[in-house]
Amino acid sequence: MHPFSYVRERSVDDAMRAHAGDPAAAYLAGGTELINWLKEGIALPSRLVDINRLPLAQIEVTPSGLRIGALARMSDVAAHPAVRAGYPALAEALERSASPQLRNMASMGGNLLQRTRCPYFRAESELPCNKRRPGSGCAARYGLNRSHAIFGWSEACVATHPSDAAVALCALEAQVRIAGRGGERAIPIGDFYRLPGDTPQRETVLEHGELIVAIDLPATARARRSWYHKVRERASYEFALVSAAVALELADARIQEARIALGGVAAVPWRLTAAERAIAGAPLERGPLMAVLATAFAEARPLAHNAFKIELAKRTLVQALEIAGAMR
Amino acid sequence: MTRAPGPGEPSPAPVEATLRVNGVAHRLHLDPRTTLLDALRERLGSMGTKKGCDRGECGACTVHVNGRRINACMTLAVMHDGDEIDTVEGLARGKDLHAVQRAFIEHDAFQCGYCTPGQIMSAVACIRECHAGSRDEIREWMSGNLCRCGAYANIVAAVEAAAGAEAANASV
Repeated sequence: MHPFSYVRERSVDDAMRAHAGDPAAAYLAGGTELINWLKEGIALPSRLVDINRLPLAQIEVTPSGLRIGALARMSDVAAHPAVRAGYPALAEALERSASPQLRNMASMGGNLLQRTRCPYFRAESELPCNKRRPGSGCAARYGLNRSHAIFGWSEACVATHPSDAAVALCALEAQVRIAGRGGERAIPIGDFYRLPGDTPQRETVLEHGELIVAIDLPATARARRSWYHKVRERASYEFALVSAAVALELADARIQEARIALGGVAAVPWRLTAAERAIAGAPLERGPLMAVLATAFAEARPLAHNAFKIELAKRTLVQALEIAGAMR
Repeated sequence: MTRAPGPGEPSPAPVEATLRVNGVAHRLHLDPRTTLLDALRERLGSMGTKKGCDRGECGACTVHVNGRRINACMTLAVMHDGDEIDTVEGLARGKDLHAVQRAFIEHDAFQCGYCTPGQIMSAVACIRECHAGSRDEIREWMSGNLCRCGAYANIVAAVEAAAGAEAANASV
C-alpha cells in the first residue's frame, strides 16, 4: 500500500482544515471503498483524514422530511422506523446492498461516492481505463461490456454507477448537503452525479476538500408509496444488473404522479422524466404500463453485450410499479 | 498484505492506538496502513480471524466491533483506538464452547474449516440481531460469508438450531 499519514478529527471545520492545502488528501469514513482502492493502487492519497468521529451520524425527522447524517451507517438507516415507514424504497435499496457486515461499516456519504464495479477499472494489474488513468482509453468500450451502460455513456467511458441507495434517493427527490469553504450548499441528487463525457474521472460535482454532511429527504405521499426492485445474478450479496426505484401517488387505481429512476444502466442514477409524465393517468396493469414505457427506452444505446438490459430494465420497472402500486 | 515501503517511499509515521481485543487492552504503535485483520493476526498473533479474499468479499475475517459484525480486512486498525473488538477466540468460556460453536459441530457445518471462524462470528451477530427467524432469513443475513466447500445447507441448519436454542432459553 502507498504510504500515507493518518489524522483523526472531531469536527467538520477541523476535518476540512486538515484536508485543505493537500491536493492528495482523502477523507476516510467507513473505509469499505477507499481501503480497496488503496490495496489496488486506484487511490494514492498522501494523507487520510478520519472523519468517523464527526457528529454526522444522526437520522433526524425534520419539519420538511428527514435528514440523514453522512456518517449514518447503511444498516442503521435501513432499520430506522422513519425510513421504513416514510421511505420504503430507501430501506429496501440499503438492505439489498452488500452484506450485513459491510452495511454496518459503510456510511451514507461514502455510499454515494462509490466508484464503478467495471472490472477494467478494478483490475489488479492495471488495464486501460480513463477513470483510473485519464487518457489511457476504455477497455470496456469494445471489450466485455455485458454489465455496462445503455444510457448516457461516451466513447471515453461506458461504466455504470454501483450504488443502490443513490437510485432510490433519486426517485425520492433527495438533496445532498455539502460543506465547503464557502459554507454549506444543497444539491438535488440528480445534479450531484456527472455523465462521463470526456472526463469520466470526474464523477460528481464535489470539489476537492468538500465534504458531504447530510442527505435531506422531503416528506411526500409518493415517498411513502415507494419501492426499489433489484435484479442481479445471484440471490444476495451482489451488485445490480439493473434496478428500478419508483415513488407513486395513486387515484382510483391509476397512477397520478410518479418518480422513476433506474440503476445499473448509466454512470448516474437514470431518471426517466419523460416516462414519469407519460405514465400519469395510466392504470396499474402490466399491459398498458409496458405500452406506455416502450418510448421511454427509445434513447437507449446498447453496447455489444448488453442489449438485453433494455427489455430487462423495462420489465424490472413495471414490476417495481406493480409492487409500489399494491402497497398498503 | 501491507508491503514494505519501496525505494524512495518514506515509511509513514507510526500511530498509537489501543485495541481492546476480547476484553484485553493492547497499546500498539501501528503503521497506519495496517488493516484491523493484519493487526490481529500479525501484531497480536491472534490467528482465529482468517484472511480469505482481503477485499471485503468473503467474510472470513468477520469480527465484532463494539458489538457489531464487520469485515476486519476493510478497516484500518488505527480507526479502532479504544474500540471493543471480539474475535472467535473470545467466544468460549474456558472449555465451554459458545452455543453457536456447539451447533456448528453438531450439524457438521464445515468441511475445510477456513471460513468457519467468520461464519460463527457472523452467526452470533445474526442471531443477536434477530435475523435468524427462518431458513430464508438466515440465508439472506448470512450471505456475507462465503464457503468454498459449499457447506451452506449445514451452516443454515446450525444457525437455525442455535437460534432456536437461544429462543427456548430466553422463554424459560
